[in-house]
Amino acid sequence: MLFTSYGFIAFLIALFALYYIIPKRFQWLLLLAANILFYACAGWQGLCFMAATVIVSWAATNLMGASLKKQKAYLATPEAKALPREERKAYKKAREKDRKRIFVAALIADIGILAALKYTNFLINNVNSLFSAGIGNVDWVLPLGISFYTFQTVSYVIDVYWEKVEPEKNILRVALFTSFFPLLIQGPISRFGDLSETLFAEHKADFKQISFGIQRILWGYFKKLVIADRLLVAVTALCGDPAAYSGAYVFIGAVLYAAELYADFTGGIDITIGIAQVLGISVKENFLRPYFSRNIAEYWRRWHISMGTWFKDYIFYPLSVAPWLLRLSKSARQKISDGFGRKLSVYISTIVTWFLTGLWHGAAWNFVVWGLLNAFFILLAEEIKPLSQRFRARHEGLTAGFGYRVFETLRTFLLMCSLRILDCYRDVAVSFKAFWSVFTTNNWAEAFSGELLNLGLGVGDYIVAGLGVALMFTVSCVQEKCGSVRELAWKKPAVSYVLFGALAIVILVFGAYGVGYDSTQFIYNQF
Amino acid sequence: MITKSRKKLHIVCIAVCLIVLIAAVWLLGRLFEPKYMSGVLEGAMTAEYYDEVTPHDVVFIGDCEVYENFSPVTMWEEQGITSYIRGSAQQLIWQSYYLLEEVFERESPKVVVYNVQSMKYDEPQSEAYNRMTLDGMPLSKIKLDAIKASMTEDEELISYLVPLLRYHSRWSELSAEDFEYIFSRDKVTVAGYLMRADVKPMTKLPAAPVLEDVTIGDTCWEYLDKIRETCDANGATLILIKSPSLWPHWYDEWDEQISDYANKYGLDYINFLPLSDDIGIDMQTDTYDGGLHLNVYGAQKLSAYFAKLLSEDYGVPDRRDDADISADWAEKTGAYYELLAAQKAELEEYGYLKSWTLGE
Repeated sequence: MLFTSYGFIAFLIALFALYYIIPKRFQWLLLLAANILFYACAGWQGLCFMAATVIVSWAATNLMGASLKKQKAYLATPEAKALPREERKAYKKAREKDRKRIFVAALIADIGILAALKYTNFLINNVNSLFSAGIGNVDWVLPLGISFYTFQTVSYVIDVYWEKVEPEKNILRVALFTSFFPLLIQGPISRFGDLSETLFAEHKADFKQISFGIQRILWGYFKKLVIADRLLVAVTALCGDPAAYSGAYVFIGAVLYAAELYADFTGGIDITIGIAQVLGISVKENFLRPYFSRNIAEYWRRWHISMGTWFKDYIFYPLSVAPWLLRLSKSARQKISDGFGRKLSVYISTIVTWFLTGLWHGAAWNFVVWGLLNAFFILLAEEIKPLSQRFRARHEGLTAGFGYRVFETLRTFLLMCSLRILDCYRDVAVSFKAFWSVFTTNNWAEAFSGELLNLGLGVGDYIVAGLGVALMFTVSCVQEKCGSVRELAWKKPAVSYVLFGALAIVILVFGAYGVGYDSTQFIYNQF
Repeated sequence: MITKSRKKLHIVCIAVCLIVLIAAVWLLGRLFEPKYMSGVLEGAMTAEYYDEVTPHDVVFIGDCEVYENFSPVTMWEEQGITSYIRGSAQQLIWQSYYLLEEVFERESPKVVVYNVQSMKYDEPQSEAYNRMTLDGMPLSKIKLDAIKASMTEDEELISYLVPLLRYHSRWSELSAEDFEYIFSRDKVTVAGYLMRADVKPMTKLPAAPVLEDVTIGDTCWEYLDKIRETCDANGATLILIKSPSLWPHWYDEWDEQISDYANKYGLDYINFLPLSDDIGIDMQTDTYDGGLHLNVYGAQKLSAYFAKLLSEDYGVPDRRDDADISADWAEKTGAYYELLAAQKAELEEYGYLKSWTLGE
């Protein structure tokens, strides 16, 4: 069920109505039923895999919880207290080892399903390329949102193992957390600790929350249907024929793709958070106006925040303090240099984290290279930080000004556009060639002599998309300076409703939906 | 928390906005809907039926082979027969059935004439043709059933109910015509007949393609049964006809199956193709597109012939004594000749038909 389909809108209206009609204690069960219905629309096979993930996670977390409870109960007994400290320690360690076994088994099962279904063909293709093995590809089903719900579930299992959250005893609640449908398409990858409180709670209809939720859903549809799906036509044409569209077209394509991806992804997140808000459920923000970032590290703190924090919390930090890496770091300090040794663990952790981030985005080398290039630029920025700081200190007047800020923002934007070329062309060699052509092919005059009108978009479409982007930019500026636009508008209800009514009309008229348009899933859904 | 008075203010604002929004959606739908007032006129035909003020004794249902080949004005002039053509471009049999159901809700024709050419289509064909046939129907259960039966895979029911959802993409191609005809449209037919006064003689027809399967589909039979049953239930005589259009090719196998059906249920089936000479149709002068459709001269000949048949064999009454009906048909006849004169003038001036629209 596409978020942009009439069926989905009808599904939402029915759900919202039922949610506040039925007794509150059944609200979470209704949500679970809605999730199952939503998911079943994408195929029953996917439902089976999700059920397996739910069962494994529920069983593992409860086994770990039971083990911990038993351990605590035993250690609190007078008999245990009477034991020598060493014996108590040994008992504790043995129980921890038990839990670790369960934890590892659960991780292998959860990630194993994702790895098998998503990466088997990637592995086969690489084996075939390396050894000319001629192994045929497998045709396995890829369940909807598997990357998102697996990461969500894995975070839950880890958090229980780390004793950050209590295990949920009710398997249906674990199922609800795993399958909460707005999050399945493209996240945000939510944590059990953050989501469970409002997800399982009873909700009274809150006029303001419902109103804000609907407004946010509308804003999301505006971004998706008016901007993203319109620009998609031109981006697909430009990236689909790299031989014909090189030089200026690559640059234009990368900039258009930046706008499309942002509108698509943030639009989807707006719809997701809006739906949750109508249901009274709090979902954390996933974007913080990333194109206003002044450097790549800041960009990744503002773009797809839930993915970034997931990798930081569950890959980067554990890896950077892993005993083997600390040993390696220590050894490097002794054998090579103190500075290098100190940085080594951060370097390796960063590279591994971004390698996995790339791989998470897709089972293809272009994503891996994209991830590694991100790591490279993050580390490079870190390396030249002292230089940059010296420059700032020496030219304080210049670097404190608005112009320099714009320069830094543009530089970061263009860097991210360049890296995303790998995502546009989905082929490493083609992407590098295309990038290089920006500097070697001068065809700007040709591009602006009407050729851009041969990409499937008319002048009117460019104007609509341009105005849409300008509106997004204006809203972002207001948010950056004054906070929530909806909160501001709420003070003047008439203005608020006129604005959002007008937005609804704009979506209905200028949205790329219905006959003549290809309904597209959100870009991040494929990751 | 929000105060009670403030909540009231919000509710009033929402209600007002919703009303304005619904009105805007309706108005924009009217604006963006294709008007079919020039170029392709067929999309405007279905809606014209609802403006009819006097009843009809004969109702034609079918595709272009009825609305371009039969002239109700000629039938009126020749035999005083009141008739109407509920036809549209590539009108599929289920659409004919639902349009007929609508007819029976409004009046009680004595004879229903169904042109069997569309029996070759057993599945929904084209969204564009569906729209031309169905958009003009007023909202009713019949319309909903017609839409459900007609929709192709990519179509959505809701877009028929809220036209803006379908036609919003026309924002970049709106013309003066869209604004001019936003609330009312000119008539493009005379009692459902779409006139063409130009002539394009038939030269050589392409060879009939060899069909893998010449069996008429189950859905078509199912709807032909429904048409027959509804005619029976409403006391109307059903006549199956095959218009004398030479292309698309009418296969003997199809003809046999229709004949068998007619025999089985005691219906009359008239294939006008072998009767063309008796009717006097000359494909050098009586067609405007090389034999696919008749022009006004061919339609007049066919209508005169058929009107005589309806009058003599089916007892369709002469209504020329009825003052109200005569007044209505006098108006129609006037419009008919006005249109014919306009088309002739256009042909004289330009050598081709610049526009078919009445009143232009």
